[in-house]
Amino acid sequence: MAVARLRAPSVLPGFGLALGYTLTYLGLIVLLPLAALAVRGAALPLGELTGVFADERSRAAIRLSFGSALIAAAIALVAGGVVAWVLARYRFPGRRFLDAVVDLPFALPTAVAGIALASVFDATGWLGGPLGRLGVQVAYTQVGIVVALVFIGLPFVVRSLQPVIEELDVEVEEAAATLGASRLQTLWRVVVPTLLPAGITGFALALARAVGEYGSVVFIAGNLPFRTEIAPLLIIIRLEEFDYPGAMALALVMLGISFALLLAVNVVQAWARRRFGRG
Amino acid sequence: MAERGAAPPAAGGGAQGAPRAPAPARRRASPVAEPRALKWGLTAVAVLVLGVLLLLPLAVAFFQALSGGVGAYVASLLDPEARSAIRLTLLVAAIAVPLNAVFGVAAAWAVAKFEFRGKSLLVTLIDLPFSVSPVIAGMVYLLLFGAQGFLGPFLQSRGLQVVFAVPGIVLATLFVTVPFVARELIPLMQELGNEDEEAALTLGARGWQVFSLVTLPNVRWGLLYGVLLCNARAMGEFGAASVVSGHIRGQTNTIPLQVEVLYNEYNWVAAFALASLLALLSLVTLVIKAVLERRDVLSKAGHVVR
Repeated sequence: MAVARLRAPSVLPGFGLALGYTLTYLGLIVLLPLAALAVRGAALPLGELTGVFADERSRAAIRLSFGSALIAAAIALVAGGVVAWVLARYRFPGRRFLDAVVDLPFALPTAVAGIALASVFDATGWLGGPLGRLGVQVAYTQVGIVVALVFIGLPFVVRSLQPVIEELDVEVEEAAATLGASRLQTLWRVVVPTLLPAGITGFALALARAVGEYGSVVFIAGNLPFRTEIAPLLIIIRLEEFDYPGAMALALVMLGISFALLLAVNVVQAWARRRFGRG
Repeated sequence: MAERGAAPPAAGGGAQGAPRAPAPARRRASPVAEPRALKWGLTAVAVLVLGVLLLLPLAVAFFQALSGGVGAYVASLLDPEARSAIRLTLLVAAIAVPLNAVFGVAAAWAVAKFEFRGKSLLVTLIDLPFSVSPVIAGMVYLLLFGAQGFLGPFLQSRGLQVVFAVPGIVLATLFVTVPFVARELIPLMQELGNEDEEAALTLGARGWQVFSLVTLPNVRWGLLYGVLLCNARAMGEFGAASVVSGHIRGQTNTIPLQVEVLYNEYNWVAAFALASLLALLSLVTLVIKAVLERRDVLSKAGHVVR
């Protein structure tokens, strides 16, 4: 029977019902809408897609979104790496509390994070004021966008690295020490390479989320066309102008670039896994 | 492994009563511990990052909400538009969360308990909404149900309004929150294995009994946490809801959308008061997660919830 070969035999009941329900639900809620995008996108004249690259405003928005997302994911990788290491390896009062705090960006609605960050870094804000006197403007510039995206990306990096650090074999580090490596050498040449694959996973997750992020960014971004207008916002503006083809073209270009970017990350990831194992 | 005390615990760092590193004065520093200065430096960086980037905005949100006094705070929440936003948000979550919870249980049962072809493709599909920008998720529903959409003209001729109305918000929220419960249950059920269920079957339990008397009690806390995350996201969804809502005040504004309106009108006290409800909800979610993790009833595969 063909059906029998599709799945390994099991005595547990309910496979057909569970899988059938899962597929039907996914089909209706996820695939049907995305199919609409695919069908409408396929019908789009090619000029509309190339028009995205020809239009300076769209180009600026795409460059801003992807550039800020890459910078933010890189910062989140370094900062999140330190946080994950400290939470996994050190014991100090308040560690459990900090560990719980890491998940805040997962649980806090993006709009709430957005207005709170904007208010902190506004010229009248708790940090925006002092920073402004130092001549650093964060809110309503690209720096603000990066800050919001680091906020969103940080937990992805920490939660990807932390379990791997906790399971690291301390004996390897002891071996390095026995062979005369200083602690810094051990960290840089033994520990960091081992953590690289998990770090890349966190980087990729943070990047993917940052590219499409909207709520936490729009309030702190300033939203000036050509300057601080992110691509998701431009999609919304096009939709509000009822320029559906324009919005769709921009969305498809964004999806395409994200896909290519994540593919590239996966290639690096595969290399790191082969080279350093683990993760 | 001669070093006791100063050596950091190798695995299971979250274990209770982890060694406190008494650091005996006369012993040499452990070869697998960082120099003291580096250790304190790294800890300071971590505390600073989490404090400034995560805790400070949260503190500011509550501070701003209460900056006009408790009276102004309560008044902002009792405003008719605020009450309508709260009602709508509760309605959307009340529809989206149970549907996605049932889906999550069914999907986890299929994925975690059985081996079948195309399983990894199915898992990718379940995760798909995580990797689609919320704005694009909302747009997709406009393409389906909007005036220029596939079904728009048909629906309009029947007098049914989907986008720029409550059904559109519910659909967009459903899309965005599809993976949460499944994502939490799949690794947990995989770790628990099939032995309990198989034992129940040998003892004569029927299919439904196996699920409700064996599986469900085993995963109930994971299910609870998945539902909480799903709920937090459903109530807080902004990008997708923003595209399909139409922003009709007092009618199609959810809490986050109303927060945006108030914030852009420089009505900061009211904006943060309303936002503080969602912030409180997220704090409750985090506290429950911390308690459940301490009781060791969640999946150990980590909770990278996107």
